[in-house]
This record gives sequence, C-alpha cells and structure tokens, in this order.
Amino acid sequence: MNIPEDLLYTKEHEWIRIEGADICRMGITDHAQAALGDITFVDLPADGSDCGQFKQFAIVESVKAASDVFAPLSGTIVGSNTELTSNPELVNQSPYDKGWFCLIKFSDEKEKEKLFSPADYRKYLEETAH
Amino acid sequence: MSYIPHTEAEIKSMLAAIKVNSVEDLFSDISPDLRPKSFALPEGRSEFEVMENFRRLAAKNATGLVNFLGAGFYDHFIPAAVDSLADRPEFYTAYTPYQPECSQGWLQSIFEYQTAICELTGLESANASLYDGGTALYEAAMVAVRATGRKKIIMDSGVNMVYRSILYSYTSNLQIEFVETPVVHGQSSREEIFRVLDDRTAAVIVQNPNFMGAVDDHADIVDKAHSLGALVIQSVYPLALGMLKSPGETGVDIATGEGQSLGLPLSFGGPYLGFMACRKQLVRKMPGRIVGETVDRDGKRGFVLTLQTREQHIRREKATSNICSNEALCALRAVIYLSLVGKQGLRELCELIYRKAEFAKTMFERVPGVEVKRSSPTFNEFTVRLPQNADSVVSRMIDKGYACGFPLGRFYKGMDNYLLVAVTEKRTKEDIVKMIESLEAVLCA
Amino acid sequence: MRLIFEKSVTGRSAFSVPRCDVPGEPKIPRKYLRKTAARLPEVSELDVVRHYSNLARKNFSVDTNFYPLGSCTMKYNPKFTERIAAMEGFLSLHPLLPQLRGGGLLTQGALEVIYQTERLLCEITGMEAFTMQPLAGAHGELTGAMLIAAYHKDRGQKRKYVIVPDSSHGTNPASAAIAGYEVIVIPTDKTGCMDFTEFKKNLNQDTAAVMLTCPNTLGIFNSRIKEICDEAHKVGALVYYDGANLNAILGKSRPGDLGFDVVHINLHKTFATPHGGGGPGAGPVGVGEKLVEYLPVSRVMQRPDGTFALSYNHPKSIGYIAPFYGNFSVILKSYAYIMRLGRQGLIDVSEKAVLNANYCRVKLKDEFDVPYDRICMHEFVISASRQKEGGVSALDIAKLLIDNDIHPPTVYFPLIVKEALMVEPTETESLQTLDRFVGVMKEAARLSREAPQSLTQAPLSMPIKRLDETRAAREPRLRWELDSDNR
Repeated sequence: MNIPEDLLYTKEHEWIRIEGADICRMGITDHAQAALGDITFVDLPADGSDCGQFKQFAIVESVKAASDVFAPLSGTIVGSNTELTSNPELVNQSPYDKGWFCLIKFSDEKEKEKLFSPADYRKYLEETAH
Repeated sequence: MSYIPHTEAEIKSMLAAIKVNSVEDLFSDISPDLRPKSFALPEGRSEFEVMENFRRLAAKNATGLVNFLGAGFYDHFIPAAVDSLADRPEFYTAYTPYQPECSQGWLQSIFEYQTAICELTGLESANASLYDGGTALYEAAMVAVRATGRKKIIMDSGVNMVYRSILYSYTSNLQIEFVETPVVHGQSSREEIFRVLDDRTAAVIVQNPNFMGAVDDHADIVDKAHSLGALVIQSVYPLALGMLKSPGETGVDIATGEGQSLGLPLSFGGPYLGFMACRKQLVRKMPGRIVGETVDRDGKRGFVLTLQTREQHIRREKATSNICSNEALCALRAVIYLSLVGKQGLRELCELIYRKAEFAKTMFERVPGVEVKRSSPTFNEFTVRLPQNADSVVSRMIDKGYACGFPLGRFYKGMDNYLLVAVTEKRTKEDIVKMIESLEAVLCA
Repeated sequence: MRLIFEKSVTGRSAFSVPRCDVPGEPKIPRKYLRKTAARLPEVSELDVVRHYSNLARKNFSVDTNFYPLGSCTMKYNPKFTERIAAMEGFLSLHPLLPQLRGGGLLTQGALEVIYQTERLLCEITGMEAFTMQPLAGAHGELTGAMLIAAYHKDRGQKRKYVIVPDSSHGTNPASAAIAGYEVIVIPTDKTGCMDFTEFKKNLNQDTAAVMLTCPNTLGIFNSRIKEICDEAHKVGALVYYDGANLNAILGKSRPGDLGFDVVHINLHKTFATPHGGGGPGAGPVGVGEKLVEYLPVSRVMQRPDGTFALSYNHPKSIGYIAPFYGNFSVILKSYAYIMRLGRQGLIDVSEKAVLNANYCRVKLKDEFDVPYDRICMHEFVISASRQKEGGVSALDIAKLLIDNDIHPPTVYFPLIVKEALMVEPTETESLQTLDRFVGVMKEAARLSREAPQSLTQAPLSMPIKRLDETRAAREPRLRWELDSDNR
C-alpha cells in the first residue's frame, strides 16, 4: 500500500499536503481508492465554500458504492480539481497526484495535531484490516 | 390447493429433509403469545365464482357515459397493439432488471422510453419513470432544492390542485417555503411571479396547458428565473407536445408530467405514469431508476441500470429519494404507444384534437347564457361559464348519458358556475352536437 | 438488437388518425407551438409488434423462469386477475367520476373494491384502518413516516430520530430521512436479530419510531418482537412494520397483535399482483387506532344505507399523497387473489413458502456458508465467502444460474453478510424446481473449487455477456442520439 512520507492522513482515508503557510491540498488515499473500486464520479464542493474538520464536504462514487469525503481541516475551499469531472479515473490511477480533490485555506493550525503521521496511518490500516 | 403444487408425499419428504416433524415446527420462533388474535377471513372460492363476483361489481360502475371529463386525465384511444404487447408475461411477470444479461428486453425498452420522453420534452435526459405526475412534480421540486441549495419555491396556481396538495403534504416536515401566485386572464401572472422571484428562490413551478386548459409560453419566466439562479419546472401534458412548444424550446430545466395520455387506461386513478426529463447538468441529482447504454466484454452494445449510487439501496438515508421502483409497465405502454403513433401521427392527432375542441367551443357559445373563456389559447380543454350551478348541471347531464365536464367549484371557491370541458379524438362531431342539445334542454328545464 | 428508433424509415407510419369530422381550421398563435417535431419512430405496426415481442423474449420472468429473488416474493401471478382488471367496468372509469353527483354513486363497484380490500387487510394484519393510496412499497414507507411525524407533531413533540436495524431495506432509512428524521442504525446480534441491548441504549424520548421488518431480511422472526414494541411504546415512540416479508406469516402472526402502530404491505409481493418489470405495485398502509385520524384523504367510507362514499373531512389528515385512490387495478387484482384463496388458502401460502425456503436452506448448507444457520421463515441468506477465497464471487454464481435458466437470488444484500445470496423460493414452486435449483447451486460450488475460471466467464448463453457498468456510470448515455456512432 502506497503511503507517501510527506503527507498527513485521517481515519476516513483522506490525505493532505501542506503547500503554504495556510494552504493544503487534499485527496483520498491509495487504500481508499482501492477499496472503492473504479471511481465513476466525484462531487466536489464549490470554491469559496467553508468546510469543518471531519465534516462531510464531498462525495466519491463508484459503480456499487458512494462514500462521503470529510474535510481533514477546517477552512475555505480555494480550488478544486476540475479534471475529475471528465476523468474520475484519475483518482484510481494517481490518488496522491493527478487525482487530488481540493485546495483548502485552513483556519486552525492546531487541527493538524489530530491527523495521522504516515507511520500512524500505516499502523491504523494494519489494525483495522482483518 | 390454489397455486400450490405440493403433494402430501412431497411435504413429508421435505419435512424429513429439514429434520422437523411438522410444518408447524417451522414456526416455533412465533410463540403462542405472538399468534393472531383473530384471522376471520372468508373461505376461498373457485375462479369462476370470483370472476362472477367482479362482473357484478364492474356492473355497478357507470361506464356508459359519453366522456367530456378530463382535468388532467383523458379518455384517449389506445391502439390494440399496446395491450397485446404489454400483456406479454415476459414483461409483466418480471421484476426490476437487476441482472442485465437476462433483462435486456426490459432495459432496452426503458432506454427507448427515456429517448422518447427526451424527444417529446426537448430535454437531454430522462429517468425510467416515477409513480405519477404529482409525485414526479414533487421529486422535481426536491431536485431544484438540492441543486440550488435554496428552499423557496414559487408555485403557479395554474398547477393541478391535486399536485399542489401532494407537494404541500410531502414537504410539511421539511423547511420549504412555498409562495403561490395567481392566474390572471387564464395565464401565469408575470407581475406576481416577478415580484416574488429572488435570489433565494430554488424554482418556479408552472404547468402547460394549465389546469384550466390555458396554453402559455413560459420563456420570459425562464429568462428571469435563470438570471437569479433559480430553476423552472414545467408540468406538461405529454400528448399535447406533438403540437405545443416543448419544455426544451421554452428553456425550462426540468419537465414532469402525467403519462396516462400515452396509451394508459383511466382505470379509476391508477396505475399511471410519472415522467421526468431534465438538463444534462442535473442528471446526477435526478431521482429514480435510470437506464444507460454501455458495452459487454465483447464490445457489444447493452443496457444497464446506472447511476445507482444515488439510490437508497446504496445511499440509504442519504439517497436523493426513497423511490426504488418505477412504473416500468406503464412506461413500456407509453413507448409502444408513441412508436405506433409515430412522428407524423402525433402531430396529426394533436391537430385533430385541437380542432374538435375548438368546434366544441363554438357549439357551447351557441347556447344562450353560456360563455366560453377565450382570454388565452387552449389545446383540448377549456373553461365555460354556465348560467346555473355547474355541479347541478353536470348531475342532470348524467341522466342524459353525458359526463359533460368537471365542475370547477369542487376545487375553486367562487367558481360554482364554471365547467372544465375536455375533448379527445374519441369524441365525434355527433357526440359534441348531441351533448350540446342535451345541455340546452337541461338549462331550459 | 437495434433500437426502435434505428428501425425508423422516413414516411412510414403505423397509426390511423380518426377522420376529422368537424368544420373550421383554427390556429394557435405560432409562439405557443413547437418548432421541431419530436423525432419519434416512423415504423409500421408489424415493426412495433415484432420489435417488442422480440424484446420480451430477452427477459427472464416468473412465467418462464424460476425467480428466487430474495425479499421480492416472485410468486406465480394468477391469470384470472388480469382478466378482471381488464373488465370495461373498471378499466374505463375516470377517477373524477366520484366527484360528480352524490359522491360516488357512479362508481359504487370500484369504491366497494377499495373498501372491502381495506377491511380484508385489516383482518390479515390486525390493524384498525388502511389507506390504499400509496403507489409502491417505498411510497407506503414514506406515508407511514409522515403519519408518525403528524402524530408526534399533534402532541407538540419534536422527536428527532428513527431507529432501524442494519439489516433493514435501504428504503427504510431513506423514507425516514425524507420525512425529516435522522436515522440511528442498530447492529445485528449473533442470532441474526437486532441487538436488543444496543437498541435499548439508543431508545429515548427523542425517538420518533422504530422501523422493523419481521421476519427480517435474514429471514428470521425475532421472538422478542413484542418486547421491542413495548419498550418503544414506553418512551412514547411508535413502531413501524415493513411488510415486505408478510408472505412468511399469514395466519401465523399479525403485526397489529404484536404492537406495531403502522404497517405497509406490498400487494405485488404477498398478494400476487405482477411486478411489471419494476412497477406498478402498491404499498397500502395500515394503522392502529391512535393513528387513524392522520390517514391521507380521501378515505372510502360506508354510509348507513350500505353505499360507499369518499370522505375528505379529516382535519388532522396528512393530506394528499397520491392523485386519487391508489393503483386501482393493482388493488383490484389483490382483492381477487385474497377472495380466491380465502382464509385457509392464505395460511397455506405462508406454510409452503416457509417449507420451501427451509428445504433449500438445508440442501445448500453443506456447500455454502449459512451465517445465521437456524430455522428460517420464507427466505434465507447464504454467503459465497468460502467460494470467494477461490476467486468466485456471489455475482459469478448469480451469472452461472442465468446460464441455467434460473433468475439469480438477490445478491450483496443484506449488507451485513459478505458475498450474500438471499433466496426466496415462494410457495408456488414445486419440489422438482427446488431440486433443480439446489443441483445448479451445488454445481456452482463444485466449479468454484475445480474450475473457478469458468464461472467468472458466465453467462455465455445470453444475448450479451457481462456489461461494463463503470463505463455506463462514468459517461452516462441515457438516450439514443440520432447521430450516434455506436451501433
């Protein structure tokens, strides 16, 4: 399972990459895309909308499942991956790169403490896999 | 035993296989205190006896009346081939096509139905059908609420009163604000709609032709609504779309309606057919079953239920709607009907119906004291004002063998003398002339 | 097969428009008219008849195939009921006729059908009153949830939650949510029933209702059902009975006696009306005494003189939920079915439905995992998890059944069983049919051990092979396009 070392993770299998003082990029993990199977549609929040940490803010659909996606940090959406509208399979092919979801301008630095380090996320996956 | 094939010997051998002594042992989870307090039903009867009973019941209904009653539900001719094809048990004894490989007949038929509805409405996408025109309109309102994130809905009072009532009951536990706007000179009041339309409005709901039969062009309402980010939902009479401006040409976002006119019998109120079509951008917000085209492993075209992730068996409490079935058999009748009537036939049929209705108007106008409302064009249904209470006139006309229309006072205050009259291709010139003669007699008596 | 639209030939027509026998050539102003005609097919009547006859043959149906689709009760639909529904005295009745003259005097036969069916359903379920209006099972659920909301509102209470077990039909939580409730999901315990301790923990003054199916989707009758109803009532909550599985308990138990307050019934399941490829069905709703006043309008009443009438004067009613009186012809067929079978006939239905299910369960349990292996009611759930280890899924087994002319059971439901296959044989199937099904299932188990690859290719005998559902969902093509290159 691919778990890049430079990212932070959530229990709900989202990742973030810090890209500035108060900007992060987010998406869903390799584990999440594999569990969902072929992704057919991603419903992303509008630019300028607000999100709350661990609150639902997007939906990802495969043929047989639809999953809520939760915001890893509170803040405002300042960009989203419009490529996913026509090519949702990018989430399967490149979950950490071309298959990113949104850019969040986050409002509370401290919330990062509630996220998993790569090692913790790996451990979490191992514990929950059975 | 009725429809149960088991012989005593077979029952014995099955019980032995299950390793229980009696059928009753299989119900041991239902303890004595959970058993019925009563089950006092009549004993069964033979097929012949039951048929006789229903012949007796059927004879207690007045079916010999010459029908000018419409109000959204019309007495159209149904070609014999519609019944003969929809009566095939491979259609009617199947269920929802969950397993596409052994349901291609159904899936392709529904795909064709969706195509026919798109063509009629001039919109890009349609679902596999909903229960009826009223519930379809409610679902459309909810699509607008979801798509815009707004909760105010403007409701033209030209929309069928029953449909409006359905919408109000369904939304009574949700925070949705309805504003009703009046009908002026037969058509939607622009003044009032434009006054209440704002950037909190999710949708404007209109009907064409409206309940009183008036034909309108809602394009100006669409322009204004779109400029404020609101959607327009139009409830339409599908058969009339052989002639009238389509929802797509009008620019509306969602069209719904009652498909009964497309080859379905009146059948005392159901089953009917709710249809829904919308712009492409709204398709993932559309409720109900949807059939899509794809390919099999060999690249051969085939059809499947698609976009199912919106539905309750996957989304459960987050589903776009709780609807898990469609009115497939009714949708099948509609697509067969539309195929039989065909492109040219539908247009000709509409023109015929329109001409007959216009003729009926002129006949009504010959009756002293009767006024036909002519402030807007109509298709097959129109309003007349009688010199007497319409309810009582209708009642007396029944003795003459006519259901001469719907007395509007039943639904609208202050309209006790108004009658809503519908004409279909089944009404001959003679029917119309003789009905008018009877009306004159009734009014003079 | 080509689409009917692709068979279109410009200028061809199947329709004979009646002769125009009225004078005059009136015109509607152009701005109200459509500019481009709807591109409907231009075909002959034989084109249409042959097209849909051939499409019909591409379906599995109860009349042609064994159809053990769990929770759907695909029993035989007697033919005489179709004949009744086609009687002119019912078929041509305009729904507004009862509005004319004397409230229903023109439609006494039709109103009697509705009234008597209501009375029979009351006796079958032990409820006080019924509305026949809901147009499908899920529509019945929504109506029930609205009745529950009206009841609490009338008591000045704003209850927030509806409790459902995790084995419930997906429509239950969806209906509750649409009626404005939040849904609390209770897990299933080892015996296959809703976990009682967890249930009690979540039950409180904020609970509006508990929605249950009994027997549940695992085919298990919860012996503590009455206790659940009692506990719910103690905190002022109501209990809803999803009647999808009523075929198991006719004459054996009645939801009304168990304490249920609201019930919906699927006439197209238990009462043998055809499923019509997904509809029309009917989902009438029954209520106990305390909910009668909230039932939708109109209601059918019997006058002291024995005639029937529609009544609208129910100030606490939830209002209109359907345009008229329900799917009338479906109601008609179910009434005829109940009359034909009668008391003992209905008891036989449940007894033989349960017998058939248990027989299949016992015959399959050596080859397949049965997660809740106990006497079942009218249906049971097996798991293909053993087969899955060898690379064969429940879906593969379903497709092999298709190659053997058997419609597959419900797959991947309930969600709490991995690789679930939910089997409901129904009472109208013979021992010989069941044995054949068992034989094919055992063959599937053998193949999954010995030649798993062969299963993943199935079905091979159908007009098409497995379809690419991902493609259908990624780029939805929901209608035929005139310039479609895809033939």
